This record gives sequence, C-alpha cells and structure tokens, in this order.
Amino acid sequence: MELKTTGIAGTMESSDIQIVLEPRTEGGIEVSLTSNVMNQFGKQIVKVIRETLADLKVENAYVNAVDKGALDCTIKARVQAAAYRAAESDEYVWRTKA
Amino acid sequence: MSEKRFVKDRLRRSMMFVPGNNPGMIRDAYIYGSDSIMFDLEDSVSIGEKDTARFLVYNALMDLKYGSKELVVRINDLSSGLGIKDLEAIIRAGVHVVRLPKTETAQDVIDCEREIERIEKEIGIPVGSTGMMAAIESAAGVLNAYEIAHASDRLIGIALGAEDYVTDLKTTRSDGSELFFARSMILQAARTAGIAALDTVYSDVNNEEGFLAEVDIIKKLGFDGKSVINPRQIEPLHKAFMPSEKDLAKARATVEAIEEAKARGSGVVALNGKMIDKPVEIRARRMLALAELASNFTVEEV
Amino acid sequence: MSELNLSAIHGIDEINFHGEFAGSRAKNHETFQNRMNTNGKVVASIEEAIKASGLKDGMTVSFHHHFRNGDYIVNMVMDAIAKLGIKDIVVAASSLQAIHSPLIEHIKNGVVKRIETSGLRGKLAEEVSHGLMDTPVVFRSHGGRAAAIAAGELHIDVAFLGAPSCDAYGNANGFSRVEGHTTNCGSLGYAMVDAQYADKVVILTDCLVDYPNTPCAIPENNVDYVVKVDSIGDPKGIMSGATRYSKDPKELLIAQMTAEVVQASGYFYDGFSMQMGSGGASLAACRYIREKMIEQNIKCSYALGGITGQITSMLEEGLIGKVLDVQSFDLIAAESLKNNFYHQQISGEDYASYANKGAATHQLDFVILSALEVDTDFNVNVVTGSDGIVMGAIGGHPDAAAGASLTIIVGPLCRGRIPTIVEKVTTVTTPGSVVDVVVTEQGIAVNPARPEIRERLVAAGLPVFDIKQLQERAYRIVGTPEPIQFKDKVIGLVMYRDNTVIDVVREIDEYDYNA
Repeated sequence: MELKTTGIAGTMESSDIQIVLEPRTEGGIEVSLTSNVMNQFGKQIVKVIRETLADLKVENAYVNAVDKGALDCTIKARVQAAAYRAAESDEYVWRTKA
Repeated sequence: MSEKRFVKDRLRRSMMFVPGNNPGMIRDAYIYGSDSIMFDLEDSVSIGEKDTARFLVYNALMDLKYGSKELVVRINDLSSGLGIKDLEAIIRAGVHVVRLPKTETAQDVIDCEREIERIEKEIGIPVGSTGMMAAIESAAGVLNAYEIAHASDRLIGIALGAEDYVTDLKTTRSDGSELFFARSMILQAARTAGIAALDTVYSDVNNEEGFLAEVDIIKKLGFDGKSVINPRQIEPLHKAFMPSEKDLAKARATVEAIEEAKARGSGVVALNGKMIDKPVEIRARRMLALAELASNFTVEEV
Repeated sequence: MSELNLSAIHGIDEINFHGEFAGSRAKNHETFQNRMNTNGKVVASIEEAIKASGLKDGMTVSFHHHFRNGDYIVNMVMDAIAKLGIKDIVVAASSLQAIHSPLIEHIKNGVVKRIETSGLRGKLAEEVSHGLMDTPVVFRSHGGRAAAIAAGELHIDVAFLGAPSCDAYGNANGFSRVEGHTTNCGSLGYAMVDAQYADKVVILTDCLVDYPNTPCAIPENNVDYVVKVDSIGDPKGIMSGATRYSKDPKELLIAQMTAEVVQASGYFYDGFSMQMGSGGASLAACRYIREKMIEQNIKCSYALGGITGQITSMLEEGLIGKVLDVQSFDLIAAESLKNNFYHQQISGEDYASYANKGAATHQLDFVILSALEVDTDFNVNVVTGSDGIVMGAIGGHPDAAAGASLTIIVGPLCRGRIPTIVEKVTTVTTPGSVVDVVVTEQGIAVNPARPEIRERLVAAGLPVFDIKQLQERAYRIVGTPEPIQFKDKVIGLVMYRDNTVIDVVREIDEYDYNA
C-alpha cells in the first residue's frame, strides 16, 4: 500500500489510541509512542503497530501514536483506518474469521 | 443448518446498543448481562468516522470474546453506499445478525439479503449462515410490517425505531399512546412470522420510573424485549421480565403435572381440577426457561 | 500558716508537691471580652510561631491532610521554615497531595531531609519515584502513624495544624460556626493525634472566633500558638459539596454484587457495624446495602471511617445508630458533624491504632475497600501504580482490613488496559492474610482461608471463582503486562500497621519501547 498523505485515526479518549501516519520514501517504519501503560505494554503496542503495517504492506512510514490504554484489536483498527486514509483508498481488504 | 451463526428462537429481553466508534464500550459490552449486543455503525457514528468505526467493530468481532451473547451489527442503509462496505467487513468477521436500519418494504430486506448471500458465497460459508433483523422506523414501514417480517428466513425479529417514527408521524415521544399502533402492528407481524418483536430504546437514562413504565407497556403487549442504550437499564429490564415467584410456582406445578400424566400414559392432564391445555403448557414452559436464564449474576467464561 | 509542719506528716516523702503555699498569682480582673482582646496565644505570623516554637535544624514537623488537595498550610509553613534558614527537617504529614509539589525544591535545597506520610501524589510522587531523596520516604497507615506518634517512635517537635476555626486560646475545629465559611473540612481526626503528642502545637486558622470554640476537635490545653492567616486552603480542593453516587455502569455492577456479598456473608444482621471506602464502587455499595437494610428491617450500630453524605443521611434516616468520623469526605458530612449529636469525630488513634487500649476498626463486621492491585495471594497495593510510580496513599486500608471480621476489596477487573487482579502486586500495602473477599464486575474470589464465606456466597448463587481464574481472565483481555523495571535504590519503606516493614518501593528504571 502506498501512502500519499498524512492519515489520522482514533481519539484521545480512554481505551483508544490515536495514530498519525506520515508517508516517507525510505528508512522503514519509525514509531514514536506515548502511552499511559508504557512500562507494561509499550513494546507490545509498537509490535502490533509494526505487524499491522506489514500486513498492509506499508514499508516506510512515520508513526506517531498516542495511546490511552487501547487493546490490541483497537490498535489494529486505528492503524488500518489511518493507513487507508493515508493511501486515500477505500479498496478495503478484509480477512475472514477462522 | 447447524452452521448457522444465529439462533432464531432465543431469549432477547435486552439488546444493548454500543456506539461503533467507542473502544471502551466495545471492550466492556459483554459484562452487563444483556442478551444481545448491537454494535452500531449507523446513527451513533458521524459521517466522517464511518470507516474508523467499521474497522473497530470488525477487529472487535475478529479478536474479542463475547461468550454466548448474540452479536448484532446495525449497518448503514444500502442506498448510502456505506451499507455494502459494512457488510463486506462484518460478515467476514463473523457477525451473528445484521440489523437493517429504516426498513420500509420487504424489498429492502430482500436487497440486503442478496448482498449477504453474495458475501457468504465469496468467503465460502454456507448460504443462510447470517441472521437478519429489520428496524422499522417510518409510517410506511409500520404499514408494511407484515410483509417485512415474512421477507426472509434469515429474520430473527423486527424492531421498532421510535425516534424517526414519531418524527414521521409529526408527533413526539410521550406516554406511549403515540406508539400503540406501531407496536401492535409490529407485534402481530412478528408473531405471524414466528420471530421476535423488539421495542425501541428509552433514551432518558436517568428516568428509571419512565423506563419501567414503558417496559410494563411492552411486556403486557407481548414484546420479547427492548433495545437499551445504557447498561444501567439492563438489570431493571430483566427484573421486569422476570416472572413472579407465584407465577413460577404455578408453572412448575403445571409442568410437573404434565410430566406425571405422561409417565402414567394419560393424555388428559389436570391441575387442581382444571384442565391443562396446550397454550397453558407452552406458557408455563416458556416462563420456566426464562426464569432459568434470568438468574442475576451469571458470569460466563469468555 | 506557720503552724504547718509538713515533714511530720506520715508518708509525706512519698507524695509529690511543690512546697508550701506561698500566695497566689495576681488575679486578672479584666472582663472576659477584654481578655480576648489581649489576643491569648495569637502570634503575628507563621515566622513568629516558628521562632517561638524553638524549631531547629534536624527537627520533625507535622501536618494533617484534612484539606486534601486544597491545602495551603504545608507550603506556607515550609516556605517560612526555608526563609528562616532552618535545614534537615523531617516532614511528618498524615498525607501529602499533588498540591505539595513545592516540597521538591525544599528537598533539593536541603530544607527537607526526610518524609513520613501515608502517601504521595502528583509531581512530588513522580520525582520521589525517580530517586529525588537520599533517605527513603516512610509510608505509614493512619493507625500505624497514630501508634508510632503515641509510642514516641515518631516524635513530633512542632505540629503545624490548619483549622477552619479556632479561638484565641487554641480551641480548634474542622468547621466554623460562622455562616458561609467556605474552608470547612469536617473532622480533624488525624490532626488530633499530632495535637495531643507533639511538643509544640501551632494552629493556623483563617477564622478566629470567640472563645470558647466548643465543642471542638482540638482543645486549648494542646495548643501553644495560634496564627491567623488569610487563607488555609482552596475550598474547591478541600472537599466537594456532595459525594455523588457513581453513574458508571461498571461501578454500579460491582456495587450491586458487593451488596449481595454482604448480605450472604453472615455479617449482615440487625446491629452490624461497617466501614466503606470512598472509591466509586465501595461508595455505591452503600446505596444497595441501604436498600437491603430497609427491605429487611436491619439497622447498623455504627459506621466508621472516612464519612460521606451517604452515611450521614442514613444516620439521619435512623438506619445507622452512630457515626465515628476520622475524616469527612464532603460538605454534607461536615454539616452533619456540626449538627448531629451521634456523629462524632474521633482521633486517628481511636480510629485505628493497633497498640492502644482500643480502636474502632477492631469492632467492625465488614469493611469495603478499593485497591489499585490485588494479587493471587490476596495482597493489596494502594500506593504504587502498576507502572511502579508512587501515586496513592495507604490511608486506613490495612487498619480497617485487619480489624474487620470481613474485608471486601472491590474494583474493576481491569482499568483501561491495566489489570487490577495481578500475579504479584507492585507493592504490598495490605497483606493477603487480612483480605477475605475480592469483588470485580466479572466475578468474586474468596480467600481460601475463609472456606465458610466461600460456601455462603456459592449457596447464594453468586459467581465465585478462584482468584487465579480472575487474574487469568484479566490477562486474557488486556494481555500479559511486562514486569516493571526497577533500580536497586530504595525510595520508600512501606510499614504495616504495626510499623514493621512489609515492603519497599524502589527507584523506577528507564523504559525503551523501541528496544
């Protein structure tokens, strides 16, 4: 997926995470994170962000994430939404639940 | 048929309304004891956030565990173009029941069913796996309730959406008289189709008295249950639907008498000198089943 | 009186006296009104009071926390102490709040050497967790603090006690009878201990009233100096008008389940005694317990602890016989203390000391308390956040838990992404041995040491699980949290109520999420 512009998704509400995704041409994925559960889940949050982007074949991006205690499924949802917005695409690809 | 994601005949006293773009409420939706959970992609989601809410509900359905709760998603109407996108996501994520908003005609149900069927085929699950329910929110919908209720085998129930309906009627919500016709129509239609009749939300969450008065009306009419917009409404709703100890004792005695007569091989059953006919038996068994399911603090493994 | 021959009296050498009467001191013939105008114990300023008290380097000063996050006293007094060039002070407060962050500068400048408190919050708590102080902060429970002060283990040289009303001779109270006074705090229970045992006592008040300001919390015979100040605190931070019942559906669910637990526990009978924490769920439990009391015609003998309007309205309804109030939580409670004969303020020592001749926590049937974390051994943490940083206070938690026959801890299974039920609490503040039942919205756990309670709850149809099951459920929902990384340096000593060290808090280590 090719990012064309800045994509934002999510809010600063409790249990949510706001993802700001900016395109870059090289250098891979760079994540900057603030979280109220940093010491317990910081690495896990970064891992979910990276995995979700890899899944969407986003290879280069700046990610600015402000987390308020979001679960993994919320992090995925916000990264996906931000990515499609940044790609200016609504050709969504959905997986089927096993 | 066993691969259906929905159960047609089940307890539906409460359908809890969860805004589709609220991660905290989506996470906690299963703890409040409602019979069904309805994730909303329609009116509670602003037009600019339809995509983010869809991703959120999709991922929740994919990842979170909701135990034995019936999982319903209210989609946007198909004419908006959003409804199809909603269906593509949530059927793949395993939704049990799709709730159609603003249903006016049987054709609305049929159109939606066609899309559901297409997606079911695409992802290789049996056609007919996904349930549907139709919300009736206009005068036209109310007058077409019978046809709507019979429009698809997938339908598990029809529901009244009162806010839009009273606007259509050029009135406002008051003591319930404004909804009497619609409720009656919907109830008769649901019963002839053998599906659930579900009442509208009561939006003044701090008015427990008003809420209970409305619950009393719909229970007397024969509704199966009601949509709730706040978890605090669930317990009083269930309490109101709970049969009294006296009625339960009578139901138990009725069923015992029937079982005993069966054991004797007798076709005629009587209790305290009164014949027990079929409707009495059905009511008694329904009441006991309800009471069993309704015990207050069940916490299931999720 | 020359015919007195004292030495001839049998046993006179065993009797202490100050010699023979040599005439009385000159009588004061002024009117009562004039005596008041001579100002009694009133001194002109905080500096004057500090100087008069004889405060020196290395001494211990004390404060109370009845003004909560509205308190101006600690900062005013410490600024004055700093200005006078006094160093190495031990600050022994009944608790400290976010508003006390100016202490950070006093610590850095050597004015403050060491802190004793029930808890820390805000910036000060964060800095302490990051190693601000050389000597660890001593965290004591309210009962433990009172016991340590009474025993002289925590010796207070000068107590600086804010009071919403005081007369010129030091009769001080937690409310003023002047209409419209805004800085009321209700009970002065924790300050009463300091007033009784400190070498010197300074009352700081914004409301100097006519003598005698009685009935009162602190009597004049405990008081050395009185200072009139413009303001003792911010009314908004001191207390809210009314503690509202929670509308949070999760808290209400917990509260409802808690009331069911109480009813089924065997400790709900006509004449029972209780204490409730001020957390959302424990407070809401009050409402459901009240309904059950009315339904079943059951009355409560006494309610103890931090007191809210919910409790005092039950006193006024006749559902509660007596209220023992060590700390009032809202203005309704403060008003009740002023007006209701059977609403009495009691000192921290009478509330919860383990070492005296009797404390009210020891007669409790049940107590309902909150927690930041509970672990699978039922240990409770109320001091450090799950991120390892100090953010709370011990309060009376271990005191009430140890005293009550049935200790119920209530809280959500998770707060956001933070599990409340964990494998090991970050800091033990209340040991699992005094915790009996844990109630979450997703199930109840009973300490295996109380099999009879478990049986009763199961018989009542309540959803009882092993605590391990609850913990696993929490981790399934939010994921398994990483263990917090600490350095070796101890920044806090956590005392159990008998003032033995139950745990230590260590300096937090840096965390790199991209590592």
